[in-house]
Amino acid sequence: MRELSPVPPDALAVEARDLRKEFVRKDRKRGKRRVPALADVSLTLERGECVAILGQNGSGKSTLVRLLSTLLLPDGGSATVFGYDVVRDGKAVRRLVNRVSVEASFFKKMSPSENLHYAARFYGMTPSETTERIPMILERVGFPSDRRGEPMENLSRGMQQKVALARALLTSPVLLLLDEPTTGLDPRSKLEVQDFIREMRAEHDSTILLCTHDLDEAESLAERVGILDAGRLLALEPAADLKARFAAETLEEAFFAATGRGFEDEQDELDAEERKALA
Amino acid sequence: MRAVALSLRHELIGLAGVVERNVYLTRRYIYWDVAFFVWTVANTLTIVFIAEGIEATGGQIDVERATTTLLIGAVVWAYLGIIFEFLTETVAWERWEGTIEYTFMAPLSRAMHLGGSGVFAVLYGLVRAILLFIVVAAFFGLAFDDANFIAALVVLVVASISFFGIGMMTAVLPLISPEKGAQLGFVAQGMLLVVSGVYYPVDVLPQWMQWLATISPATYALEGIRAAILEGDPLSSMWPQIWPLLVIGAASIPLGLAIFNRGEVYAKRHGKLKRSG
Ligand SMILES: Nc1ncnc2c1ncn2[C@@H]1O[C@H](COP(=O)(O)OP(=O)(O)O)[C@@H](O)[C@H]1O
Ligand SMILES: [Mg+2]
Repeated sequence: MRELSPVPPDALAVEARDLRKEFVRKDRKRGKRRVPALADVSLTLERGECVAILGQNGSGKSTLVRLLSTLLLPDGGSATVFGYDVVRDGKAVRRLVNRVSVEASFFKKMSPSENLHYAARFYGMTPSETTERIPMILERVGFPSDRRGEPMENLSRGMQQKVALARALLTSPVLLLLDEPTTGLDPRSKLEVQDFIREMRAEHDSTILLCTHDLDEAESLAERVGILDAGRLLALEPAADLKARFAAETLEEAFFAATGRGFEDEQDELDAEERKALA
Repeated sequence: MRAVALSLRHELIGLAGVVERNVYLTRRYIYWDVAFFVWTVANTLTIVFIAEGIEATGGQIDVERATTTLLIGAVVWAYLGIIFEFLTETVAWERWEGTIEYTFMAPLSRAMHLGGSGVFAVLYGLVRAILLFIVVAAFFGLAFDDANFIAALVVLVVASISFFGIGMMTAVLPLISPEKGAQLGFVAQGMLLVVSGVYYPVDVLPQWMQWLATISPATYALEGIRAAILEGDPLSSMWPQIWPLLVIGAASIPLGLAIFNRGEVYAKRHGKLKRSG
């Protein structure tokens, strides 16, 4: 992959400038209007860095991830991944990026092994490469080898999420976008996934953008933590600096100070409802 | 040069991957395919019996010939249905499973992605169409003394290029309208066949429909297949059907791809690929 999208040594992993995305929202009171999901966000990620973006439901985390993975086209601003523009050089970007989202997203009647095989094909991997690498990667993420042939639908959420991690790693992405990878997992699976992310960071130079809902996760995994609120990036700095700036003991207090509301009270009930209806 | 070769290699592996995935899926859902096949056979029988029905109610027709004519129409109808359905499902099924974003963020060109669906659809559609033909022909005890099946098959394969091009245009519908897009594919299938003389000669149609028939690939497919099976015409006499099919094919594939790409840009601009998560 890197042969076709060479990564310049001095390029920033991610550089977003005034990145903007709006969606049309219809409601009975106000009719149709365009609402920004991401409002002029600028940020950079150094190569090899892990940055966490902390935000509540509906704050725009997934929109940011989708813009960087070319699944959405921006309405304003620009973004590059290792120097490639997400709009103009979409294909080069796609070679370098992979993603884990909150929903595992697999063909449910197919086995983990089958799902991974065809996913890897889309990245140009031959059957001989995948037959060798898939069992290796599944083992690395701690997926039990005797369940590789079972349909996805028989597996627990935690297991499915491990397969999702394996799918993302299989293509050796230089930028890994993790969009709430542990949301909804039981505590043990959650720790396993977090440990794995840590281990991967120690071994490889992959750059990670971790969007999360989980304050501890952000603090323990990332070098810098950003606060995204209603589409605006309010801060992006090391967790210690964030706490110092807002004279807060914990990240939760810093979040409260930055946004003016507690992390746990959902700001936008309607969106949470919409989300459930859509899920 | 090397980069071009490597890139092409990746694209072809991707195309094979789409075929591979459809093979996995077909294997998993094979009993549904059998059930669906039974439905197609029943459906075809209801049409092909019309020939005997006309004679029984006093009509004067060559029953064997009319039966074969109807059978060919029904088989082409079923074949086209499978091609359009597979291509439409390229998007619709993945949206339903939730994998669509992973496919669209992979570095595989849309031409190869859809091409993979097209190749599988043609192979699978041919198997189903041939089986359907054999089962129903056996049911009616049709003899086909001078039929040239090779010529008929070649015409169908050549026509498939155009069917694939048009299928891409219907495949874009679920991208634009997640809720109802897939069903709209049936509209295209019906419109294409009604003007193409599926169960009757094109001459019986009103003039404006006859004009549409000349740009429909299904017209030439039906003509060629009927000539091959009913008259036993050799492939060498099929040029009047083959060249329009090649021309329509050459035009419809780039057009289909362009329409799909526009639909994809629309979907990415308006957040239609996926919203939750
Ligand atoms: N495809 C879409 N169509 C319409 N609205 C959307 C779409 N995606 C996101 N939104 C809206 O944009 C806002 C941000 O959503 P999202 O980025 O998914 O937030 P998060 O991932 O932080 O929960 C929400 O109000 C959501 O309803
Ligand atoms: Mg999200």
